[in-house]
Amino acid sequence: MTHPMTLTEKLLASHSRRKWVSPGEILKVRLDLVLANDITAPLAIQAFKEIGAKRVFHRDRVVLVPDHFAPAKDIPSAEQCKTMREFAKVQRLTHYYEIGQCGIEHVLLPEKGLVLPGEVVIGADSHTCTYGALGAFSTGVGSTELGAAMATGEIWLRVPETIKFVYYGKLQPWVSGKDLILATIGAIGVDGALYRAMEFSGEAIRQLSMASRFTMSNMVIEAGGKNGVMEPDEVTLQFIKGRAQRSYRIFRSDPNARYEQVLEFDVSKIYPQVALPHLPSNVKDVREVGKVEIDQVVIGSCTNGHLEDLRIAAKILKGKKIASTLRLIIIPATQDIYRQALKEGLIEVFLSSGAVVSPPTCGPCLGGYMGILAAGERALATTNRNFRGRMGHPESEIYLSGPAVAAASAVKGRICHPDEVIKRKT
Amino acid sequence: MKFEGRVWKFGSDVDTDAIIPARYLNQSDPKELAKHVMEDERPSFPKEVKRGDILLAGKNFGCGSSREHAPLALKAAGISCVIAKSFARIFFRNAFNIGLPLLESPEASEVIEEGDRIRVDLSRGEIYDLTKKRRFLSKPIPPFMQELLRDGGLIPHLRKKMAKRKKIE
Repeated sequence: MTHPMTLTEKLLASHSRRKWVSPGEILKVRLDLVLANDITAPLAIQAFKEIGAKRVFHRDRVVLVPDHFAPAKDIPSAEQCKTMREFAKVQRLTHYYEIGQCGIEHVLLPEKGLVLPGEVVIGADSHTCTYGALGAFSTGVGSTELGAAMATGEIWLRVPETIKFVYYGKLQPWVSGKDLILATIGAIGVDGALYRAMEFSGEAIRQLSMASRFTMSNMVIEAGGKNGVMEPDEVTLQFIKGRAQRSYRIFRSDPNARYEQVLEFDVSKIYPQVALPHLPSNVKDVREVGKVEIDQVVIGSCTNGHLEDLRIAAKILKGKKIASTLRLIIIPATQDIYRQALKEGLIEVFLSSGAVVSPPTCGPCLGGYMGILAAGERALATTNRNFRGRMGHPESEIYLSGPAVAAASAVKGRICHPDEVIKRKT
Repeated sequence: MKFEGRVWKFGSDVDTDAIIPARYLNQSDPKELAKHVMEDERPSFPKEVKRGDILLAGKNFGCGSSREHAPLALKAAGISCVIAKSFARIFFRNAFNIGLPLLESPEASEVIEEGDRIRVDLSRGEIYDLTKKRRFLSKPIPPFMQELLRDGGLIPHLRKKMAKRKKIE
């Protein structure tokens, strides 16, 4: 008898020596890769030592990336980076990335071909769910579990129920993955997919670039999701071509797989979206936001620091100046993206518009540095969370959007639709 | 495991940035973190919270980042247990892994009020409001997670298991 499974169930079954699994089962799962950053690694390393572990399970499969407060913003951060660097050296880790070769972890790992379709990955960072866009299972964990996983290469996981999201129709101009995922979170709420796998499918998903797909999987945690998967297709294979250094497996959901719920979205009705303070689910169509003046715009992060995001921003900013009342901070997510943006003339466009361009870092997204907000200030960011005080003072405000709305709003000085700034060829 | 303490009540969707803002994550000393726990939500909280106090919240407590610093800060501040309508996934795992008990009880989350004294019996999943003289039942904690808590978290639990194995050998 065959047992139909969802993509997530197949990924977990394939890593726990099981023919099939069902939601609710607890499995011991073999890990292809484990990841930590400069905030979470120090505690994970401490846990690793405290359990008496001597060596990591595989020196090619433990990845450490200093990106949150690196280049080090202060002495304690420098100490945290040092702890990580020394551990990487002692353990002879293949994939420790020093600043200069580095970038924001969730953009860096796919770029380097370190996560591939069919794999199971955990990371001590909530946005580890990003890699689901490649057809992998990936989820965030805490430092203690990561420390144990660095030693064993295993973790226990509960098989989540899957909610299927089907997107159909033709995308509206300026709409990208960010708008689709914001609309989705707006529809189901910040705990709408609590403990669940989110599976994104439908013709509109297949139209999306890899960057837009990563953005969608990246934000499943903002709906409480455990992971967010997509079936690999030609776009996926094109992306990993030349990057993959090991074999990989393509899994697809069975046609009669069981879903807890199926939700459909007509994307032709989704216009550029904005999440208002203080929850990512507090979403509105940009045309309904009203007059909201802003002090700062940030374009970057693991959510929207891809080359494609910078291209969209440059298209809007070309030949224009940002409003004199506001600061624009642009952060390419990796060194490669930075270099490519330089080659394509995007950085020149940004500098001419009055933007400041930062080296790759998570920096302002989590209120670390490189653009902290003062009391009463208001920011529009392409990042993933607008919780109260996340980017600085508890009395500051964060609005979230995709790169097109962010760039256009930087020109206007207030939140606006890109059509207000740039004429579209019809 | 039993606790008794005063209740601090918070709302729904309390995120990890609210529990411990990232500006304090340039180090991970639990005592330092405890000095700033929940300060953006309620500035007096870190000073006024007493050992054994219990935190009560609405739905989706601990949403947001994977920072283990959040449950660590609560535990180091003296919070003996968190009761909520529901918990965010990563926070839930983290709390048990560092030995901070969590109980899910929608009814208790609604009815119990700030300042009430309550008694919690973890193994029975029972919450008794001494102020209101009312009893609530929570979703039971699976036995293996109770064991994790008794040992003080995943690390001491693993160490204990390894020591046992050595003895047998």
